[in-house]
Amino acid sequence: MTEMRWDVAPGDRPTIPVSEQKASSGFLVYTLGLLLAVILTVTSFWVANTTAIWAPGVPAGLAVLAIAQMGVHLVFFLHITTGPDSTNNVLALAFGVLIVFLVLAGSLVIMANLNENMMPHTELMNLQMQR
Amino acid sequence: MNVAVEMDAVRQGELLDISEAGPAPKRIIAGFGFWIFLLSDIVMFSALFASYAVLAKASAGGLTGVQLFDQRNVAMETALLLLSSYTCGMMSLAINSRRYLATFLGAVVTFLLGAAFLALELREFQGMIALGATPERSAFLSAFFTLVGSHGLHVTVGLAWLVLMMVQLSLRGFQDVVVRRLHCFSLFWHALDIIWVLIFTVVYLMGVLP
Repeated sequence: MTEMRWDVAPGDRPTIPVSEQKASSGFLVYTLGLLLAVILTVTSFWVANTTAIWAPGVPAGLAVLAIAQMGVHLVFFLHITTGPDSTNNVLALAFGVLIVFLVLAGSLVIMANLNENMMPHTELMNLQMQR
Repeated sequence: MNVAVEMDAVRQGELLDISEAGPAPKRIIAGFGFWIFLLSDIVMFSALFASYAVLAKASAGGLTGVQLFDQRNVAMETALLLLSSYTCGMMSLAINSRRYLATFLGAVVTFLLGAAFLALELREFQGMIALGATPERSAFLSAFFTLVGSHGLHVTVGLAWLVLMMVQLSLRGFQDVVVRRLHCFSLFWHALDIIWVLIFTVVYLMGVLP
């Protein structure tokens, strides 16, 4: 009972005693997660291969589906919740996501900018010829 | 005196204050610590993803993703890993209710699905290398093999860990320490599936777009 005092760890067994919870609730959560993940995966593969969607919009659609599926995995498989006893886990996750975002967006922006400002090869050749 | 007795009764009835309760149980600390490790692992993967995204078009005149990636193979890999994540969840449920047979069954199925995933991935790598698409051929292929290979390496470590845990479970039973380690394993396995979602989206699906 005193364990209610502390936050839960990700995916930890529920604080409710086994006798009080429904026998199949954990099974239902995993199965629901599997179903959602399968639907999102199949949609991803369909979006990548169909011609029904405007081509420049496909990468954005794939990104949205991937993020949604990661959310499904976090909630249904890792049991990350928004409950008050899960604050530590969510805060750590938020910090991780921030670093991931900085690394990804930073690298991509810097490299795209470098590419754009890189002197084209032909110009380089011309400069050398002007000498 | 009467008042003192009443206060005692109240103190025992309610939970201890957070400052008096001491540290959380080891089960919770271990799970949270492992969660922090997993996040750092994901940060490492984000660096690999960033390098892949930057180098994805730098194929140096060699084979590109469109020619190399087989979507049917990727779909099978995805299905295998997703199912193994699910059976790993079933194993966690069996552990929570301390059922030996169900735990072993879940572990065996999880192991077989993970091993099948790994076999498919190695076969894919072999096929690519046979076509001359080796890691040293171009920046794109270096980044590809580093990213997907790191994930494969994680899966390999996970499989070895699972075997080790089954040995420990059969020798020591559901001791607290064994249950903690099994719990950390299931977190690890689910996190690998999350990384695979990003890999199949960014590498295999976006990589073959025209």
